[in-house]
Formats: sequence, structure tokens, C-alpha cells
Amino acid sequence: MPDTILVVVEQREGKLNRVSWETITAGQAIAAATGWTLEAAVVGGNAQAFAAEVAAKKVAKVYAVESPKLEPYTPDAFAAALKQLITAKQPKLVLMPHTYQVRDFVPKLATAMGRAVISDCIGFKHENGKLLFTRQMFQGKLAADVSFTSDAPWFATFQNGAFRGDKAEAGASAAPVEAVTAEIADGVIRNKPQEVFKEAKQAVDLTQAEIIVSVGRGIKEQKNIELVKQLAEALGGELAASRPICDNGWLPMDRQIGSSGQTVAPKLYLALGISGAIQHIVGMKGSRTIIAVNKDSEAPIFEIADYAIVGNLFDIVPPLTEEVKKVKAGG
Amino acid sequence: MKILVCMKQVPQKDAPLKLNETAAWIREDVSYEVNEPDAFALEEALRQKEKHTGEVVVITSGPARSQQVLREALAKGADRAIHLEDNAFVGLDALNTAKAFAAAIKDEKFDLIFTGLQSDDYGYAQTGVILAELLGWPHATIIMHIEKNENGIRVKRELEAGFFQFVDMPLPAVLTIQSGINKLRYATLIGIKQAKNKPIRKVALAEVQSAIGENLQKIERLYVPQKTKKTEHIEGSPAEIAKKLVDKLRNELRVL
Repeated sequence: MPDTILVVVEQREGKLNRVSWETITAGQAIAAATGWTLEAAVVGGNAQAFAAEVAAKKVAKVYAVESPKLEPYTPDAFAAALKQLITAKQPKLVLMPHTYQVRDFVPKLATAMGRAVISDCIGFKHENGKLLFTRQMFQGKLAADVSFTSDAPWFATFQNGAFRGDKAEAGASAAPVEAVTAEIADGVIRNKPQEVFKEAKQAVDLTQAEIIVSVGRGIKEQKNIELVKQLAEALGGELAASRPICDNGWLPMDRQIGSSGQTVAPKLYLALGISGAIQHIVGMKGSRTIIAVNKDSEAPIFEIADYAIVGNLFDIVPPLTEEVKKVKAGG
Repeated sequence: MKILVCMKQVPQKDAPLKLNETAAWIREDVSYEVNEPDAFALEEALRQKEKHTGEVVVITSGPARSQQVLREALAKGADRAIHLEDNAFVGLDALNTAKAFAAAIKDEKFDLIFTGLQSDDYGYAQTGVILAELLGWPHATIIMHIEKNENGIRVKRELEAGFFQFVDMPLPAVLTIQSGINKLRYATLIGIKQAKNKPIRKVALAEVQSAIGENLQKIERLYVPQKTKKTEHIEGSPAEIAKKLVDKLRNELRVL
């Protein structure tokens, strides 16, 4: 039997999570490099409803893993269901998107199987028959190529945006769907999750903004936010921030960009005093043009910037605001 | 409530990092600090103790330098500390780190174990969840609120894109704590003084060696990421930079 790759897609609230297609693309790329067979699994209370959509992609087979105990999501039930599937089907490599949900259960699943997870990968390499997974370390300042040293199954998760979901190849014909019933004994599930909710109505929809002026730790104190606000106003853009600024209460949470905030892709993203931690980058790397101002020339934000200004934002921002005003006034 | 907080010392956020001779790890002659989410985990433990009484114990692994993390925690109000002291702990993967912690606390009885949601160095986001599985305890991740009740606890999980969820769970349990769950306190002068008399139990590698195995994943090489984008540096005096930028905004990006 050839080695197989199993991609576990994610469904939430009755919808396939878009990031699932990125993991399918990753699986297809690894399958092409290694010659391994690609399969997929959908897990949930109503997995078969999503299986057809996944089966339309270029995969050899789709498993629809179902049990009423898989709704609502709990790490206990998901780990139990996937352990059964993986033990039965014996894939060599199991891939998942690095979502909050996957982070919640995949270390448990792998540990229960005596295996490890290479988490939050941004790519892979296939060198001399060896599979390496590339991941960011030290908040993106360095990258590492990591290999598995154990027997299969191997577990890896891919960061949001690491692969293009729209590049997931369609299959010539629909792949077969195999229904699998997960046996989850009473007492396995210990957590009782309540309804998912949104904290407050989001006052600002940053996803619609064409210009975003975003501020990070480099702003030092709350009173300095005004400086950046003036620039945002002069540019006619929205003010946004990285997580620590909102954690401090210097700007409301609905102005936060990143994995726990909003994901944006404006025409212009101006990052001021933002180092560019992975959690922030995933929320804005799709911006058409990124201008970064940071005093640390090695800040990871410069890796993805189109224009880099190494300097103190307190020196740069005031003259920039004046210059923008001048040009705008002059028409 | 008896709470264990797992803490880690990581290179300072703006510390310039250089590769060591193995090119698989960094040169360790940099400045270190407490992993930020772990500081929030400690703060939450201290607040829970203040509300419900109990004990806060902090644990870390790493060479002598990492004791600083424990000292700071004791100064902020933790009651005692456990230090798995050996340079070899730095190179352990998340599974082995969790195994070493589980071995070091096998004679303790905690109600809760907190970790930060991930570390700023490896960034695995796994150690807490693995520890829960090794102990056979339930867990919840990325926690923004904790409330004790008759049957255990109710926690608020942060989900993606601004969503949240309350989860009821029994004790004992492991929680990974999100940054921003609370406001951090500073150590007081008296706290720093008192910390000097608080116990730090040292655990040698040999004591937990039998519990850990070979790493199941290996960093083959570490490197400065290759740039995927062409970046244009804009230089000059602030006034010159402002002029150049506005010119680009107007004539190239056409957003002005």
C-alpha cells in the first residue's frame, strides 16, 4: 500500500472553513513531491454534508467521520474520533490548518498516539527523500526546517495563508466518500461548551478600509496614539493596532488586526512601530502595499514591507502628517 | 485553589539574534525576559488565589539564567518555585518538556495548571495541551476569563475573528492563557524582599531523565528567512522621508 497523506479539513457552524482549501493545496503539493496518495477527512455531527464539496477536489478519497457526540466541538471528542480514524487508516502524514480549533485538540491527539506535531508551518521541502517542514521561530525573526524523527503518523499544521486556497486542484471526477462512525464512549467528553458568541457589535469594519494606519508597541504610551490618529485622519484612513495596544486598552478591541482580530487587505497598510509578530502578519499580509516604520532594522515586519523606513516613528510621523496635509490642501 | 503556572524565559523581543556554530540554534549571549503570555498566566493565578485563597507555584526549565523568571514570579506573589535546571532542557521539544514537567510534579496535587498560550521562541502552542493529556486532565485553550463554581470552573475561550465561547469544565484542568486576560502587576519592594526567602526546588535532569525520550522532531537548520518581497528602503532626514513617501503615495500608489 502506498503512503498516504490525510488532510483533516475544518468545518465550523455549518460551513467549511476557507483555510481548509489551503491545507488541501498543501497536501496536493506534498503528494506531488513525494508520490504519496492524498486523502481528506471531514469531522463533525454532519460531516457528510461537507464531504461532497471536498471530494470535488483532486483527492483519492474523503472520509466523513460522524457522531452526534462531535457536536458541539470538544477536544475530547475530536481527538477520540481522529485517533480511531488514523489508527484504522494509517496515514503517514496528517495535515491540518493551524486554526484555534486545531491548536485546541491536535497536541492532545498526537500525544495520545505517542507522536509529535510540527505546528504552524509555512511551507515544506522535499530534499533527498526527506520531508522538511518550514516554520517561523522567535516571532518570525528566524525560520527553521524541521524533520520528524519518529515513526508515522506524522502531524503537521499549516499557518493561515501559507498556501493559496484557490489553487486547490479540482479532481477529474468526484472522489469516493467513505462514511465512518466514530465510537465515542460516555464519559469521554468532559468539557461542556456553551453557545459561540460575539462580544459586542463590531463598530468598525476595517476590512472595507482602503487605507489603514496601524500602530504597535513602538508608540510607547497611550497619549502618543494621538500622533498616529492625526496621520490616519490626514490620509483619510482607518486607525488600527496590533494586539498589545488593544490589550492595554489604548484602542478598542475592534481596531485590532491579526489572528485574534480582523483580517484586512487594504490598498495601503502603514505599520508604525509594529515588529511584525506572526499573529499580526497573518491579519494584514494580503495588503496591496505595506509601508513599515520601525527603529529595529531586523524587525520581521520589514520582510513583507514594500517600503521600509528604519527610524523612530516619533521623528517620522509628524513631518509625514504635515506633508500629507500640504499635498492634500494643494490639490 | 492550588495553581501551577508554567513559565518560560525567552530572548527579549528586540534582542538581535545570531546563529550559533551548529546553525540549528541561536547564540545564547542575548538578553532574556519572561515569555509574555506566561506573565498573564501568572497574574491570573495570583488573582484566583486572592479570590479563593490557596497556593501559586511556578515552574520553569532551562539553565541557571532562567531562575530569573521564577525570582520575578516570587516577587510578584507566587509562593514557591520549581526549577528544572539544565541547559539540555532548552533543546527539548514540546512533548518532552511536558513529560519533564509531569515527572517533576508527580507528588503534587494541583487544581489548575496554567501556561501562556504559546512561547515567543519556539511558538509551538502545544506544551499545555500535551501536559493535560499526559496527566489525563481536561483542558481549554486561549482563555480570557476564569470563574470558579460548584462543579469546577467556567472559562471563556477566545475563538477566531472576534468570537468567544464559555466552557464549563471539571477540576483539575489545564488552561492556556491569552495575553490581555488581565492587567499585569509590578513587583513591590516588599515583594522583592520576601521573594528571597521563598523556596525554589531544583530538579536535576537526572531526576526526570527516565520520563523523557528522544525528541520526535528535530530542527535541521535555522536561518534568516528569505525575503519574498522586494523592499525599497526610504532613507534621509525625517523631512526628506516624508516628502519621498508622499510622492510615492501620490504618484505610484495613487492613494492621495
